[in-house]
Amino acid sequence: MSIIITGLLLGGTYALIAVGLTLQYGVARIMNLANGENLVFACFMALWLFSTFGINPVFGIVLIAPASFVLSWAIYRFGLKPLVNRAKSRGQLEVDSILVTFGLMFAFQGLMLLVFGGRDQTYHFLDMAVPILGQNYGLNRVVAFVAAALIAGLLYMFLYRTRYGTAIRAVAVDPVSARLVAVDVPRASAFAFALGGALTAAAGALLSSYYTFNAAMGVTFTMKALIIVIMGGVGDIRGAIIAALLLGLAETAVASLIDPGLTIAATYALFVLVLLIRPQGIFGRRVS
Amino acid sequence: MRLLSASETRIGVIGALGLASVAMLPLLDQGYTLTLTVNIMLYVVLCTAWALFSGPTHYISLATAAFYGLGTYAVALGIDILPFPLLVLIGALVAGVVAGLVGVATLRLSGVYFVIFTLGLAELIRQVVTWLQSEMGSSLGLYVLTDLREQHLLWMLTGMAALVYVAGWLINRSRLGFAMRIIGNDETVARHVGIDTALAKVVLFIISGTIIGAVGAILAPRYSYITPTGAFNSMISFQVVIMALLGGVHRLWGPLLGVIPFTILFDQVSSRFPNHTSLVVGLAFIAIVYLLPRGVLGFFADLASLRRRFRIVLVEDGKAVP
Repeated sequence: MSIIITGLLLGGTYALIAVGLTLQYGVARIMNLANGENLVFACFMALWLFSTFGINPVFGIVLIAPASFVLSWAIYRFGLKPLVNRAKSRGQLEVDSILVTFGLMFAFQGLMLLVFGGRDQTYHFLDMAVPILGQNYGLNRVVAFVAAALIAGLLYMFLYRTRYGTAIRAVAVDPVSARLVAVDVPRASAFAFALGGALTAAAGALLSSYYTFNAAMGVTFTMKALIIVIMGGVGDIRGAIIAALLLGLAETAVASLIDPGLTIAATYALFVLVLLIRPQGIFGRRVS
Repeated sequence: MRLLSASETRIGVIGALGLASVAMLPLLDQGYTLTLTVNIMLYVVLCTAWALFSGPTHYISLATAAFYGLGTYAVALGIDILPFPLLVLIGALVAGVVAGLVGVATLRLSGVYFVIFTLGLAELIRQVVTWLQSEMGSSLGLYVLTDLREQHLLWMLTGMAALVYVAGWLINRSRLGFAMRIIGNDETVARHVGIDTALAKVVLFIISGTIIGAVGAILAPRYSYITPTGAFNSMISFQVVIMALLGGVHRLWGPLLGVIPFTILFDQVSSRFPNHTSLVVGLAFIAIVYLLPRGVLGFFADLASLRRRFRIVLVEDGKAVP
């Protein structure tokens, strides 16, 4: 039972990261390998806000997410748009964007190592126990999960209940047809990319409140998020959330039953299963 | 098989002379130049092997570190029991088998799955190896003590370079190479003319992985103390991709043009600014994608075609004006 609850609590944060990435990949068609660096940057921001100004990381999101929105928008507008314009085909764009975001990943990681150093970082926020069903859990983890669920709920309302949200989903389904119904595809793509960055940053702020982080861990999170996105079906928010919770469960189960050093192996086991059984993802449609 | 054409013979002779002169280097220098040359030869073999698969398919493999580490680890585990050449063979085979498994799982699907899978492969194998070692109660660090020195490594790597070039050339003129060119141009067309695209890709990936595994095994004596974290260092994967792309992957000898400048640059950066290496790698990556999308090779090809067009314009003008 404690495995299930710990797994779900962890999965909540994963869900937010993966939803951010699925917006970037599903709508803007950019597979952003530097997304994990965005997450780590938000971790350091949250630490800085907390230790210098005493700002609670959950409220810190109000500052961190918009900052990341602007930064991600600028990266898309000035870094990735030229590639979108240059690409002759979807495959070409995929290769180019993988390589550029790859470069960005290294550049950001190098910068953060220079500025913040390579040490493991942690801070104490709401470091007390709450009993759930007879077992004790860290209050910070529970708060992070609730906050993640709230943000995901808001996003769901935006995407499924507003006009602009519907336009963004239309771009995810088919960017060419979306233009026929008067959706400004380049603008929606840039917006989705920036929003994805903001969501990942929010996840980073929450993650930092209970997780020991360092400047070099971004790649691992990028990889997990990518696997979640594929498991859930590219561009599908609900799929990403379910897949993230599954991954949180699988990781916690492996870490507590077999060995905590095998979390990547758990991720890969799930990934291979998905590839063999349902490569289009839980909610994805089969593409011909 | 048809006989060699004149130009093929010429390239073959020049290549053999080049490799032979590299192999003579230890007679002249035993210090820095030798170490640098070993590094260059190391990346020449790795990048060319990488480009064998990733060039025609456009699938970016980040699995180099995994195969390389498997080779290194095979030597580390067996050095006290088995002779070194046999271990190199075992390392190559293990890497080939893993490449086959990864290929079968991912190469039926679109390239993105493959990139993601290979991105974490080195980390996955590192975790599994660490876990197995701790379960079996052996220590994590392994010693590889041999009497092989830099010059021996250079000779083995030169041999590997010859092997990888000959293999690449043979593949290019085989049915497999022809199939790969069609797949690279249009996979749907390839499938319609009856090519088993998944099988062709898996075979090529196995060849590439086997060579990289052998190289990892050959280099094992250089490290002398081998840990999982050191052996499965994902930086190698990234460096290989960047060097191969810088050179250009459309010709067999393309990666060579990227390896030489980048190895020297990286050597300078890591000795003078050791804290800036990832930043430099990142910026180099971005610069290459924007400025040299087809590598040095593509840049020169563009330049040549531009000059040819310019000359044609001149000739036409000459005709127009009496």
